[in-house]
Amino acid sequence: MTSAPEALLSVRDLRTYFPTSRKGLFGPRGSVKAVDGLTFDVYRGETLGLVGESGCGKSTTGRAVIRLVRPTGGEVIYNGRDLTQLSDGEMRRLRQKLQIIFQDAYASLSSRMRVGAIIGDALAIHNLASGRARAARVGELLHIVGLDPSFASRYPHEFSGGQRQRIGIARALAVNPDFIVCDEPISALDVSIRAQIINLLEDLQRELKLTYLFIAHDLAVVRHICDRVAVMYLGKFMELSANQALYAEPLHPYTQSLISAVPVPDPDLEDSRQRIILSGDVPSPVNPPSGCVFHTRCPIARDQCKQEIPAWREVKPGHWVACHFAGESIARA
Amino acid sequence: MVGESGCGKSATALSLMRLIPDPPGQIAGGSVEFGGRDLLKLSAREMRSIRGGELSMVFQDPMTSLNPMLRIRRQMTEAVQLHLGLSKSAALEHSINMLRLVGIPAAERRIHDYPHQLSGGMRQRVVIAIALSCHPKLVLADEPTTALDVTIQAQILELMRTTMREQNTAVLLITHDLGVVAGMCDRIIVMYAGTIVEEASRRDIFYNPRHPYTIGLLRSVPRLDRVRSNRLPQIEGLPPDLARLPKGCPFQARCPYVTEICRVDRPTLRSVGDRHAIACHNNVTREDAA
Repeated sequence: MTSAPEALLSVRDLRTYFPTSRKGLFGPRGSVKAVDGLTFDVYRGETLGLVGESGCGKSTTGRAVIRLVRPTGGEVIYNGRDLTQLSDGEMRRLRQKLQIIFQDAYASLSSRMRVGAIIGDALAIHNLASGRARAARVGELLHIVGLDPSFASRYPHEFSGGQRQRIGIARALAVNPDFIVCDEPISALDVSIRAQIINLLEDLQRELKLTYLFIAHDLAVVRHICDRVAVMYLGKFMELSANQALYAEPLHPYTQSLISAVPVPDPDLEDSRQRIILSGDVPSPVNPPSGCVFHTRCPIARDQCKQEIPAWREVKPGHWVACHFAGESIARA
Repeated sequence: MVGESGCGKSATALSLMRLIPDPPGQIAGGSVEFGGRDLLKLSAREMRSIRGGELSMVFQDPMTSLNPMLRIRRQMTEAVQLHLGLSKSAALEHSINMLRLVGIPAAERRIHDYPHQLSGGMRQRVVIAIALSCHPKLVLADEPTTALDVTIQAQILELMRTTMREQNTAVLLITHDLGVVAGMCDRIIVMYAGTIVEEASRRDIFYNPRHPYTIGLLRSVPRLDRVRSNRLPQIEGLPPDLARLPKGCPFQARCPYVTEICRVDRPTLRSVGDRHAIACHNNVTREDAA
């Protein structure tokens, strides 16, 4: 990366709430704060990782950023324009530059369309190529993702999970995007196929100068592929920092416990490392805890944590954290 | 037991339990010796008395292995009454104690809940409590933490580590997660395309793997404890279609060390060290791959 990173996307106080059903016929309508006040930049050419457990709002964040779900509030600045304020038509045109790859390559490809049509439709919609040029471009895209161009005439069910994910990647690449949200792109794949797709995503990023928001629950994969990593819990960011600093010196108790919970494929290390096992479950986002949302499971929580919401602050250059006691170790706490 | 989806891990566990749906499936041959008997030769009734008793199972998804229509109480006491011959009240008390053992708070109240009233992690604790409640000699655990979040997985693995040891229960742990086996297992079997390709102690599998598939798999996994490397060494290609296995070694199409004999002759397990066996014609070590 260059010395002064340029923000491709600037997200400010992003909020996405979903209404819950009324309590009774005339009762008040509540809301689930799936994404609750996120502020961050995505730098051009980087991979920003977004990790957290299921239900923490990481997928909703990815979708809200490219407005596949409409944010309740906040700004998403891309090329000087606030995406949240655009009309649907303007947004549709801009979506050419903002693409997504989904986790489930079975559900995200239409089973009734041939691969060529799945990829070619994006070219048609954005008037990028027609006729023979479109067919040629589809063949080229299939080749780029490591598939045989003749596969264009086949249907998705004829392919394995890994091949289908390659088709999903080709579909996202078809419109020459700047930015791709990768929403758990390898979680559903077999272990021996994962490395292939990770390598493909990295190669494409280098060749096509892509920027990724990489959503995952696997901290080892994120460590491998990301330049910076954000850790999310119950709709909020807990910590955001450069990859190396986050793993070497996690400042938030939740990050520390997440890293400690991941099993490592090395017996000696597994035997010797101290495990910090969080008690309890993730609270329901319908009724999040007061103060710091993590306090109910935090091994170092104090009274202050139950009452005051910790500020999102930059404790070291580029290292952001939301914790009253950031930096305190939870080992043997 | 580690391997990828479709390699036959779950089918192995179901075969041991004689739970393979028949038809269309069929246990085609072999034997399963357990406590001096061949399970495959028992009558359906004898098998029922072993299943859930001496031999029990934990499945991946607790929502499908628990009956949503029945309270936890009913699902636990049924097996205990049947296998341990306890009275109704004694069975209830024993079940509550089992729930306490697996760390369910307020177990005496929770036992009257329905499965949907519990979180995913709590449900899996209930499934483990049921599996352990009749003092089994062996528990088959098929991806017991795959559906769970990583902090909940850590809780369940810790629970399995301690309770299985306390109860002196053997476990066949089936998973695709190499990190989980590294921390949990004494011995490891690696499966590929329906067969065992390597079997060794935990240390040998991780520090001295000898099958090209094991070597490739370990090299291809991103590691939490390693600084970002340039490129993951990947295993090329796809696993073979089990209905159309090639002649010879099932890994031949993806193996970097493939030789002529691999294409014609299917390798069988052979010893390459102390309790260390591989199904491979060649002598490959991790250094060859580096």
